[in-house]
Amino acid sequence: MAFLELSGIQKRFGETSAVIDFNLAAERGEFVSFLGPSGCGKTTTLRMIAGFEQPTAGTVAVDGKDITRRAPNQRNVGMVFQSYALFPNMTVAGNVGFGLRVRKQPKDRVAKRVTELLELIHLPDKADRYPYQLSGGQQQRVALARALAIEPQVLLLDEPLSALDAKIRVILRNEIRAIQRSLGITTVYVTHDQEEALSLSDRIVVMSEGRIEQIGSPFEVYNFPATSFVASFVGTLNVMTARVAGAAEGRLVMDGQPIRAARPVTIAPDGANVTIAFRPEMLSMGEAGANRLRGTVQDVTFLGSIVRIRVHLASGATVVSVDTFNDPNLTVPEAGAEVTISFPPEAVLVLEAPPAATAEDLIAEA
Amino acid sequence: MTAASSLTAPGAPAARPGRRFGFAWIGVVPFVLFAAGFLVLPTAYLLTGSLQDTHGQVTLQNYARLSEPNLASAYAASIEISLVTAVGGGIFGFLLAYAVIAGGLPRFLRNALMTFCGVASNFAGVPLALAFTFTLGASGLLTPLIKSLGITLNIYSKTALELAYMYFQFPLMVLIIAPAIDGLRRDWREAAENMGATSFQYWRYVAFPILLPSLLGTTILLFGNAFGAQATAYELSGGTINIVTIAITRQIRGDVVNDPGVGYALAMGMVVIMAVSIGAYSLLQRRAERWRR
Ligand SMILES: Nc1ncnc2c1ncn2[C@@H]1O[C@H](COP(=O)(O)OP(=O)(O)O)[C@@H](O)[C@H]1O
Ligand SMILES: [Mg+2]
Repeated sequence: MAFLELSGIQKRFGETSAVIDFNLAAERGEFVSFLGPSGCGKTTTLRMIAGFEQPTAGTVAVDGKDITRRAPNQRNVGMVFQSYALFPNMTVAGNVGFGLRVRKQPKDRVAKRVTELLELIHLPDKADRYPYQLSGGQQQRVALARALAIEPQVLLLDEPLSALDAKIRVILRNEIRAIQRSLGITTVYVTHDQEEALSLSDRIVVMSEGRIEQIGSPFEVYNFPATSFVASFVGTLNVMTARVAGAAEGRLVMDGQPIRAARPVTIAPDGANVTIAFRPEMLSMGEAGANRLRGTVQDVTFLGSIVRIRVHLASGATVVSVDTFNDPNLTVPEAGAEVTISFPPEAVLVLEAPPAATAEDLIAEA
Repeated sequence: MTAASSLTAPGAPAARPGRRFGFAWIGVVPFVLFAAGFLVLPTAYLLTGSLQDTHGQVTLQNYARLSEPNLASAYAASIEISLVTAVGGGIFGFLLAYAVIAGGLPRFLRNALMTFCGVASNFAGVPLALAFTFTLGASGLLTPLIKSLGITLNIYSKTALELAYMYFQFPLMVLIIAPAIDGLRRDWREAAENMGATSFQYWRYVAFPILLPSLLGTTILLFGNAFGAQATAYELSGGTINIVTIAITRQIRGDVVNDPGVGYALAMGMVVIMAVSIGAYSLLQRRAERWRR
């Protein structure tokens, strides 16, 4: 039996459905991320686990116990708020010890635990500071320590790093993960940043408009997106329409040019349209791969360690991004240059059939 | 310094140190004028007046007379009325404001209530006294009703005056404390609950300490508001109730007793009481606000 179990969760606010049929079973000690764009229901789901919202339907269970109807202060679930929500009238020690004090723990035990936690978050000398005297990153750490002080069964974090700058974000997310590992605490981490989710999680729940699009390890979600939404939200920039030419052999026609997928197409018959995706880093300039496409360079962008080249395919309707590692010996084509890009059949991911092929699609392909 | 440097356009030569504060003092001028015109000059006028007898001779006699039973009891009554209405208005005003904000009243009702409070907090003097008399006076609208309940209210008493003052103290409190209550973040309550706190513990350890400086400040304001009120009391009691503002009126404008010097000394006493309460307030607030910038 899973440690944290959400079954058939629904949440409606009047007419809007914020969460629709949400099912998740997280193991003890697992780090699960909810990943999705703003407004897709991540916070609402988290708040239902914490007890701040009541699900319209479904149950929340922790360690086999149904806690759906329990008040927030009767659950043992620690939450780190997006805004930190530190109490401004208390020092760092006061904030961290709050949960223990309201549980009537003896003073010396509270003090000892506060000291331990401040060590854990690397702020041992900040016990007497007030929140306003701390930087954003320090406040974030204190919020984490405060949530951990009560030894919760589940730790919830709602976009905990979104207010911090990029460098500190990376440092802190690694710290959060290290602390989570050392305590072995079951954790749900909400983020809209795919890189954060990919780098931290044991499993990622990708959400869109209140629904789960896919649950899987970072590897699965990145390499084998289940839907075109996942493919485009988790890193892939090239999501396009192709026509099935030979389903059994994985033959497709895209932009009037034939390509091959590594596996047979099972979701649509010959002649039907499907959505396909391939990642920029799987493509290369030149003729090395089995699939080749001709096109014209639209523009070239330096992104630090990689260079992104966008190529108009022959018909002009489709733009494909190609990522190559930056390297001083690289010869970068100029905008307007005629190029060939190539990629192996394994790079081609055949996703669901698009809603309905439009007339323009068919004309463009003909 | 920041103001001066932010006014310097990028690329412009750095201002020389000597010129930095060049015109900064201009900003202070309105404040100085205001303080002089509305605070220092009147106080100085009162002070000189209070140190002269009716023939213009310098004397401390006016201050000595403040200990006469009649005048001393005016202070006692003023302080009592101000305290009772400040604390009473403070508590009930706070509760109403909290109920309105936390109770999830529709926006338009809330706005209507705030507007009403804005008007009602200025409802004082002759109109209030008349309204009060028509409602609870000897032949007032509600008088038979409360009589039938076995309550008698002497409209010339301190209790009646306190009740009348509540008509502006209460809405004034609602008006001033509402923004402070609005400032309590939902996150704080949720974080407290999340850590296992009961609603009482949240109030005891988080909300109340955060509101305390504002509560202290507004209560002092209500105290001063009641202490300085004159017209309502004068109209309501026909000038018979013995509070400081009416005692001053009597000394300066009265036919029976008339000694402006004593009136000025009485007023100086008020200034001192206000100064002490403001001083006490700043001290308390500084302690209550340690956690603020
Ligand atoms: N208290 C509420 N009342 C009404 N609608 C809400 C409420 N909370 C959230 N919603 C709606 O539910 C949807 C999901 O919101 P939320 O869970 O905050 O998304 P996310 O955290 O993924 O950005 C949004 O459309 C939002 O407007
Ligand atoms: Mg959110």
